[in-house]
Amino acid sequence: MAKMNLLQAINSALITVMDQDERVMVFGEDVGHFGGVFRATSNLQEKYGRDRCFNTPLTEQGIIGFANGLASQGSVPVAEIQFGDYIFPAFDQIVNETAKFRYRSGGQFSCGTLTIRTPYGGGIAGGHYHSQSPEAFFAHIPGMKIVIPRNPYQAKGLLLASIRDDNPVLFLEPKRLYRASVSDVPDEDYELPLGKADTVQEGNDITLLGWGAQIEILQKAADMALEDGISCEIIDLRSILPWDADAVAESVMKTGRLLINHEAPLTGGFASEVAATIQDRCFLYLEAPISRVCGLDTPYPLAHEKEYMPDELKTYEAIKRTLKY
Amino acid sequence: MQDRNHLARVKTTHQVHIIENGLIDIPMLQILKPDGTLHEEAQEPDLSKDVARKMYDTMEYIRVLDERMIGAQRQGRISFYLASTGEEAAAVGSAAALSPDDMIMSQYREQGALAYRGYTTSQFMNQMFSNEKDPNKGRQMPIHYGDKALNFMTISSPLGTQIPQAAGYAYGQKMAGNEAITICYFGEGAASEGDFHAGLNMAAVLKCPVIFFCRNNGYAISTPADEQFAGDGIASRGLGYGVKTIRVDGNDPLAVFAATKRARELALEERCPVLIEAMTYRLAAHSTSDDPTGYRSRDEEDKWRAKDPIQRMAKWLQQKGWYDEAANKQLIDETRQEVLKALKEAEKVPVNPIEDIVNDVYDKVPWHLEEQLDQLKKHISQYPDAYPKTSGRVK
Repeated sequence: MAKMNLLQAINSALITVMDQDERVMVFGEDVGHFGGVFRATSNLQEKYGRDRCFNTPLTEQGIIGFANGLASQGSVPVAEIQFGDYIFPAFDQIVNETAKFRYRSGGQFSCGTLTIRTPYGGGIAGGHYHSQSPEAFFAHIPGMKIVIPRNPYQAKGLLLASIRDDNPVLFLEPKRLYRASVSDVPDEDYELPLGKADTVQEGNDITLLGWGAQIEILQKAADMALEDGISCEIIDLRSILPWDADAVAESVMKTGRLLINHEAPLTGGFASEVAATIQDRCFLYLEAPISRVCGLDTPYPLAHEKEYMPDELKTYEAIKRTLKY
Repeated sequence: MQDRNHLARVKTTHQVHIIENGLIDIPMLQILKPDGTLHEEAQEPDLSKDVARKMYDTMEYIRVLDERMIGAQRQGRISFYLASTGEEAAAVGSAAALSPDDMIMSQYREQGALAYRGYTTSQFMNQMFSNEKDPNKGRQMPIHYGDKALNFMTISSPLGTQIPQAAGYAYGQKMAGNEAITICYFGEGAASEGDFHAGLNMAAVLKCPVIFFCRNNGYAISTPADEQFAGDGIASRGLGYGVKTIRVDGNDPLAVFAATKRARELALEERCPVLIEAMTYRLAAHSTSDDPTGYRSRDEEDKWRAKDPIQRMAKWLQQKGWYDEAANKQLIDETRQEVLKALKEAEKVPVNPIEDIVNDVYDKVPWHLEEQLDQLKKHISQYPDAYPKTSGRVK
């Protein structure tokens, strides 16, 4: 067990799997000798050689196209897209290729071994091209799995599970926690389950649902609400696709209320999907409308970043409104 | 840390000197004259009688298959077809120069390569009728073949996506120590896609043993090559990416074979990509969904009909004493009957059971797809007449 930040936990997961399986290859822009712009791949090239950890040309569609071919051949690619905001040139390769390879070939070929790592989210003064949360775009793609860790312990266990899962996984890393979040991380190999939510805190009055860096925000809002005597249950979804509707529904049947928080814009965000499913499953248990505390329907702003963010104050106010409904 | 100098290969000039297109003259390899004799300086490739006959027979087979399937589409028996008439030598000549271990990642007009590998008439039909005997489980439109046993990657409709994938596949072959390469087919239209540029650059930088085989057939649906690019074809781009390149007469099966054989040797020995630009002509329509009379003249087509690769190869075989007129006629007749028989059989095979609508989306069917399948089956059972293809087998 060692204290690690989120980047070190990712690095530790990559070392664990590269040690065990020669088929694992890590690549992307600047990930080689430099170790990536955030240093998630530090020392991997020195340890495993340039053939297994390497820089690619600056072409996201090329990186994912290459990774798809490599995965279909039977290797285990872990491809890095430097920022989630820059994943869109690869959108066609992900939507039409990564996710459909197995289906269209009747299971003869697949990209199941592929994991795409990319940092996402705001809070680093990155403006609209270094802050976006693109999970909802990818949640609309049958065949993909989407996984988001909230701390270093989760990051290592979920990344190891993602790399070994026989389905393509988009692994979104909350970049504002890269160095800010530090926790005890086992040195040994371990996995956390994909598709399973994690109850962070139990409570009785309202369920607060989020993922990634927003779990910290939910925790702060829950602490504020507790002072008013409101008991919040906090659930970290961890997997956006497929998502753990059973866990959320079970919690909502207990609390009777649901608030969903994400950084991405409100309209068409993943909160909409959760809300639609939960009202279907828990209609008679709901005591108030499902509340969504999300980013505005604007490009991610720079000067107004603080105002844009679905922070603990907005969440706290929404909790009170829901309780008073 | 290693010192680098990105100017190491740059020469200095002291005049304003704009480089113009056309300064690089890329010749086209041609071995056979239209009359089937060899050009004087040309060297006949090392081609056994068996391989030469197999190439020829495969081209004839594909021409008959194409003709019959266009007919079947016109009769409404299949929804779509896409012929390779006039381009048979490009696909067959290149496939003949490969090893069966080499991966083929094709576009959609390389049925000749697939037939050369041994895909049977029944397999063609099962795919085109989307029936349950198709290993792709009837999930794609006709002509999107795929067969793992033959190392033929399942075809995708979006153009050019297979180009960077081929780089990755070949990199994996290199890392696994396989004595095999990947060949990636595409057209000159697809070479305008970003994936072409991404793929060639990735393959060159990462030293992937892959042959990029471009069929420059003059048209992308209706758009002629001169409205597709302003440079010297596709071959000139290979040089820009540091990819070894050869241009070849795509209607000359011997030249295609020789170029591909050399490209494969280079790819394996030097672990590098090679680009082949095969100059040919799409005598067929793009697909059964368009009519070429709307965008090109009959005269233009006739000029290319005179360069028919099958006739050219037949003349060469005659000179070698390897051509048997009676056997050829028999092959064509038998193929016609075989296609008709396989077509009738494939038509009767049912589609996959409804469970296959959710299989293979993931490795295992997740909860939400189980739920959706369950609802769908109940609905089909309620209205069986509305869903006749599957209702009989819903449990």
